[in-house]
Amino acid sequence: MIRWLLLALGGALLGGIVHLATIIILPRTATQDAYARLSRSVPVNTVAALPEPTAESAPMPFMDPAFASAVCRYDLSQGPLKLSVPVSLAYTSVSFYTRYDVAYYAINDRAAGRRVIELDLMTVEQHSQMPEDEEVTAADRLIVESPTLTGLIAIRALAPEPGLMPMAQSAIANARCVRADEPKPSR
Amino acid sequence: MRLLLGSLFALVVAAVVGLGATYLALTRGAAFGPLTIGSWTAWPKTGTADADPYARASIARIGRLPTALGDGVAFTAAADDNGRPLDGRCDVVLAGVTPAARFWTLTLYNADGELVANSIKRSGFTSQEIVRHADGSFEIVATPRANPGNWLPTGGVVRYVLLLRLYDTAVGVSTKAGREVPMPTVNVRSCP
Repeated sequence: MIRWLLLALGGALLGGIVHLATIIILPRTATQDAYARLSRSVPVNTVAALPEPTAESAPMPFMDPAFASAVCRYDLSQGPLKLSVPVSLAYTSVSFYTRYDVAYYAINDRAAGRRVIELDLMTVEQHSQMPEDEEVTAADRLIVESPTLTGLIAIRALAPEPGLMPMAQSAIANARCVRADEPKPSR
Repeated sequence: MRLLLGSLFALVVAAVVGLGATYLALTRGAAFGPLTIGSWTAWPKTGTADADPYARASIARIGRLPTALGDGVAFTAAADDNGRPLDGRCDVVLAGVTPAARFWTLTLYNADGELVANSIKRSGFTSQEIVRHADGSFEIVATPRANPGNWLPTGGVVRYVLLLRLYDTAVGVSTKAGREVPMPTVNVRSCP
């Protein structure tokens, strides 16, 4: 009897390790996380508008239907990215997520304090490799360091009333995310 | 033989305990540092790079993008102030005020995080749409039947959750529940 009790205790302890291991491994093996869902439909290093969530279909669960949203799925292996988002009338925010959907930075229109939110996104290494003097001239640009090579930028504009949704969508439509060494596409 | 049986038993216990605890933690949405005000709970830390492993696992399982803390804070209510799960066939009244924020939105989802179909295609309110009392407080009625005032249609679903998202707000990791962060009360008015 004592033998079985000890075995059960040992099993429970081992179960604790199994529990912690599965919790830690889960984000890396998830096939239905937001990044995986979007990577099927969204191209790399461009801004793609997301369809409005409806009862029938939504790009991902728990999306705020009052917002027009777009994502830029980024890959920094070829170099830093430049992001520019024109501010809509109500509220605009840009949130940065790692490959595993952890939000590591966010900025809104008021914090940016301008009519266009402009940011440079790069990895920590790319930031440290930037020439000193260039950093001085680029001092008015915000630099965001990404902890991972790939990830998501969520660009969202609020439509305070349903009738203002087209306005929010058109503001988002002018957002750009391009490689820093590429000339801006004229459109 | 006894050794084999014994170790098999221990391994079965380990699998049941370990996977069971993981399943429970993920379905309950457990994470460290919850901020609970009335029936509303938020995990401000989940929207930062310091998100704990439980928060990361639950984000990956649900497949959503969490609200980043620099953007806002999302409060969830799955039960009323008496602890009863929200039922879409009842009349549920949300009354009161929200903490200071530039904008807020209130959205109704089913248990899977999908919007609920209804006749007027309304799945929530923004802070600008709401009709308020003279003192700035508001009353929202979540019910399947058309209702004057701020009617939030539930579509008659059995279980739903409400998300109140505050955008550009001072509510965050260091916020304590108290008078500075008033949240609307959630009460069942009538249930057929």
